[in-house]
Amino acid sequence: MSEISSQNSHVIDVRKLVKRFGLKTVLRGLDFQVQPGEFVALLGPNGAGKTTFLRILASLSRPSLGEVRIAGYRLPAQAAAVRRRLGVVSHLPLLYGDLTAEENLRFYARMYGVPERTERVAEVLELVGLAYRGRDLVRTYSRGMQQRLAIGRAVLHDPEVVLFDEPHTGLDQDACNMLDGVLREVAARGRTVVMTSHDLARAADLASRFDVLSRGVIAASLPRAEIDTRDLLAFYRQAAEGVMVA
Amino acid sequence: MEPKPRFLTILDSISAVLFVVALGMVFFYAPTERVMGAVQRVFYFHVATAWVGMLGFMAAGVAGVAYLRSSDRKWDTVSLAAVEISLVFFFITIIMGSIWARPAWGTWWTWEPRLTTATIVELVYAAYLMLRQGIEDPDRRARFGAVYTILGFISVPVTFLSIRLYRTIHPTVFGVSSPEAEGEFSMTPSMLQTLIFSVLTFSVIFSSLLWHRIRLGRLAEKVEQLRLKIAH
Amino acid sequence: MSQGMRVVAGETRAAQAGAGSFLRALLAVVWKDLAAELRSRELISAMLVFALLVILIFNFALELDPRTRRTVSSGVLWVTFAFAGTLGLNRSMAIEKDRGCLDGLLLAPVDRSAIYFGKAIGNLVFMLMVEAIVLPVYTVLYSVNLFQPGLILVILLGSIGYTAIGTLLASMAVHTRTRDILLPILLFPVAIPVLIASVKASAGFLEAIPLEEIMPWLNLIIAYDVIFIAVAYMVFDFIVEE
Repeated sequence: MSEISSQNSHVIDVRKLVKRFGLKTVLRGLDFQVQPGEFVALLGPNGAGKTTFLRILASLSRPSLGEVRIAGYRLPAQAAAVRRRLGVVSHLPLLYGDLTAEENLRFYARMYGVPERTERVAEVLELVGLAYRGRDLVRTYSRGMQQRLAIGRAVLHDPEVVLFDEPHTGLDQDACNMLDGVLREVAARGRTVVMTSHDLARAADLASRFDVLSRGVIAASLPRAEIDTRDLLAFYRQAAEGVMVA
Repeated sequence: MEPKPRFLTILDSISAVLFVVALGMVFFYAPTERVMGAVQRVFYFHVATAWVGMLGFMAAGVAGVAYLRSSDRKWDTVSLAAVEISLVFFFITIIMGSIWARPAWGTWWTWEPRLTTATIVELVYAAYLMLRQGIEDPDRRARFGAVYTILGFISVPVTFLSIRLYRTIHPTVFGVSSPEAEGEFSMTPSMLQTLIFSVLTFSVIFSSLLWHRIRLGRLAEKVEQLRLKIAH
Repeated sequence: MSQGMRVVAGETRAAQAGAGSFLRALLAVVWKDLAAELRSRELISAMLVFALLVILIFNFALELDPRTRRTVSSGVLWVTFAFAGTLGLNRSMAIEKDRGCLDGLLLAPVDRSAIYFGKAIGNLVFMLMVEAIVLPVYTVLYSVNLFQPGLILVILLGSIGYTAIGTLLASMAVHTRTRDILLPILLFPVAIPVLIASVKASAGFLEAIPLEEIMPWLNLIIAYDVIFIAVAYMVFDFIVEE
């Protein structure tokens, strides 16, 4: 009984997750729980397995061992149900260059079976601040605009959970600031967000919780309330190195 | 390192003995064919390698299905081993076919349906090896390999059918209705015995080689594992 | 308890919506490929120019005088279609891979086979468009009448088989290091039956051979189409799902 209720209170519930690529083990018995509405920044050195972990949460990669539940549905068995409740932004835009922003969104709206497509597409374009360029080819967009549109694509079907994989990669300062505005907007609607990042300062501004992924497990986890922004770097180093010593 | 299994050593010896006996039967037990003469003796090993090679490709396809169902990497090792050995067996088949074709049909190469199919099959599985070479992620390599062995094996009968249809509708360049007719002969009981014994021999040789190759694959995996351990 | 019910309810709803969402996703993929192509015309124009160049080269390589034309036309056409076809197949999968769009398709809550059939139908349409332009050009250049219903049927059936297996193999080739070179190497040995049968059936119609002699070839093409569409449907999941 308590088992079920504890599972229901977690929108993301990962237990003893192991992921192997051939003989190489990337994730080694990782545990990870997220409450509804949390904004988790997933930090960690390069090659720690952040992207691998996010791809598993996104249903794009199968776990080798362990249990992954999102909104109560198991992966990979109930992948379709999970996909309906999930939005993903990767460091690639997942958009077609030869279609306009509107056409891209309309295409994905059809794939997700979004009702009242035209209205929803207009709404999302407004949300990410691209309504004025909706009829331009995505090919002509700057990197920052493509990334904003990618976020629009991810929230088109109003998902409960949104995953961001290094959303700031390759963006300049202005584009980053604009992106942060959109990220806040997305998170403010009661959604659960998991974002990987290696940019500590950016993560510090956005997240409500900081987890460090190191050597295939969550090495440390701290809520925002318990931490001073200035201490974040020290915390991160300690967590990442602590495991290496052990 | 795991020691060589005893039964494998025994199998090796059996293969060697069988091969010598089969060779003896081909040259001394089977009678010389009246029309074609001594060159007809190539036929026994030719048919045997072809049969066993084809079974090997089938085994690779079956192992491919088993891999897709179980995701157990041992099936991938089996599949690759079977393809590699069968490729060599088929190559022997084609060479021997050419040796036979020269006196029987007066040419080293003919677009006879079985010969042509054998060549296309070689190309299919050469493509399989190239596909594997192009993929870094071992799981993806195994998955794609499994899919391709299945496609390849399904295509073989269809290819054979299409080439045979091609030949029967068009008269051949040799002026006979079927190029096989030129090489036809009736088998005496001792010929048939030699053929069956050759097929048996090559089946045993195939199993022995397959076992060796699977062991090699496992050892390679172990080496890789140790290397990863050191790297950490 | 409540969660179990929720899962069951979700599955039933998914099953009911299954057929509708399958078709919707399939058409969305086809529409997306056609819309992008109508705008850029990269794929069609590349395939078309390539096809015309192949025919041009054949013209000199084979001395396409009136007598030879009758017998080799079907061969020339199918070699042209096959080569131009691989060009299009490669490109159509590369588009999905370059901006990570393949992941975008896989993230959608749709059956994977809807993605496969969507891509395959898109590729088929491109191939048929190229063929629709090559046929009149060839007719004019060599005054061989290619507009016969039988021939057009063969081209349609042959192209279906070729793109069915080609789409499947292109989605494998695109994940490899040597993707552009690998596709024809993977595709041609497996596609040989459908190419042989298409060449012979086309030649049969061009040389006005009695239908009962062409029928075995047509049956072979249809059998190939059915077998390989079924197999592709069964294995596509294993190619895209990691």
